[in-house]
Amino acid sequence: MQTTQTGKNKVALTNKDLNSMFFRSLFLLGSFNFERAQNMGFCFVMIPAIKRLYKPGKERNEALARHMEWFNTHPWLTAPIFGVTAAMEEEKANTGKVDETAIAAMKIGLMGPLAGVGDPLFWGTSRPVLAALGAGIAMTGSIIGPLLFFVLINAIRLTCKWYFLRYGYTKGSEIIQDMAGGRIKKLTEGASIVGLFVMGALVSKWTTINIPIVATKINGKTQTVQDILDSVMPGMLALILTLFVSWLLKKGVNPLLIIFAIFGLGILGKWLGFLG
Amino acid sequence: MNIIQIILILLVAGIAGMGSVLDEAQTHRPLVACTLIGLILGDVKTGIILGGTLEMMALGWMNVGLAMAPDTALASVISTLLVINTHTSIGEGIAIAVPLAAAGQALTIFVRTIVVFFVHKGDDYAQKGNYRAIEWMHVIALGLQALRVMIPTGIVLALSTSAVEGVLKSIPTVITGGLQIGGGIIVVVGYAMVINMMDVPELKPFFYLGFLFAAFTKFNLVGFGGLGLILALLYLQLEYSGKNNGSQAAVASAGSNRQSNNSADDDLDDDLDD
Repeated sequence: MQTTQTGKNKVALTNKDLNSMFFRSLFLLGSFNFERAQNMGFCFVMIPAIKRLYKPGKERNEALARHMEWFNTHPWLTAPIFGVTAAMEEEKANTGKVDETAIAAMKIGLMGPLAGVGDPLFWGTSRPVLAALGAGIAMTGSIIGPLLFFVLINAIRLTCKWYFLRYGYTKGSEIIQDMAGGRIKKLTEGASIVGLFVMGALVSKWTTINIPIVATKINGKTQTVQDILDSVMPGMLALILTLFVSWLLKKGVNPLLIIFAIFGLGILGKWLGFLG
Repeated sequence: MNIIQIILILLVAGIAGMGSVLDEAQTHRPLVACTLIGLILGDVKTGIILGGTLEMMALGWMNVGLAMAPDTALASVISTLLVINTHTSIGEGIAIAVPLAAAGQALTIFVRTIVVFFVHKGDDYAQKGNYRAIEWMHVIALGLQALRVMIPTGIVLALSTSAVEGVLKSIPTVITGGLQIGGGIIVVVGYAMVINMMDVPELKPFFYLGFLFAAFTKFNLVGFGGLGLILALLYLQLEYSGKNNGSQAAVASAGSNRQSNNSADDDLDDDLDD
């Protein structure tokens, strides 16, 4: 049976292997499934490393199988996990000092916190902010809007994925200490602040609710209900509705149901004339 | 429409379908997909405007954990196709896009369930060390996600324009007008989803601060982004000045799972408590 290599012929990942992992990681979610989420995608990304580190045989088969386990985190922040996993696999192949359980524990240990930072940072802040910026320009019919969004969001994504894969690989398991140092919590909080602040602004600026019912008529000047509400605080209805929907979602109401209900309300409002 | 346009549209449909599951290059977002379809059909301006309008509606639609967002890929491709080909309004485009987003979501859930079968095949191949076959399983799964948008798009392309136009034109104005009103309001669902994801009570004031600033000033989005960033930096400086030991518990406690959307938030709450 092929056992671990001696110190002389140490196997190490080449730059090409890391590049290949980077390229494959852009297709990580291709086989996303409800049984084990990103599992086969994870294995797909690890294949170049596994091929380099283990000769055909039992060890290679085991390596493939252990990366078919349940895995799910933010797709862009998988990069450091791939880096660390590759470093640990390399250690295992060379010295045998790292065992399977350590690798599995590290993967599971990192995916929670990284999803915790990736979701607010990318889905909660970067993407909606850039998309709102792009959409605002796009609604005037300018190609700058879509281009701005596409170029910026992908620049952020590719930089993160490229850099963190190498960072994870070089630093190896050090990265776990690094994350425990509170840096990740700061990043999550910082991203959440920017995201929440901008969302607050969007609620006021980009929601259009208009109640055209005439409330008062003084000296021929009409004032609609909306005018009165705006003079108290612009966007008040949008805020109330946002908080209400947020509460409904927390109660587990299906977002699609809420979306259809709002469209129903729109049609009803148009028909009866209380929305315009 | 000539044959090249049809091929290109199906290609974009496939790319958007793959983009929807991958969530990488964002080709499934209306801003990108609608623009591409518009470009192919020779009316890029309509594509961009519809894309921008749908993008605002879908701002907070995201896949978090195992939760599936309504599908923007199918909605963007087919609604743009219909709006441009039948010369209907953006309002009608929204009217078609919403049920399509629901249908697209149902289709992707269906595919993500079927993929379980390919994953089990993958398990067998792993036992045998057949990495090539695992790669194929992965690629086939991705291909299915492309097909789930390409096939409905192909069906729409196969229908005669006049038939589709007839159906669209027969929608009463109270419906299309109502849907357009709904489109202006619907954005709150996206905002609510984003807010819920970052639901930390201590940080909630920043949401209200943003709202008040927008209500009473004329800052644009770039201004808000910058202001938000400065506020975040100030908050972090004040929060962490003097105490350097952050959260050792973060990695240890957060590891368990990500089944629910809230697990990460809960961990954050725990950390903030200590």
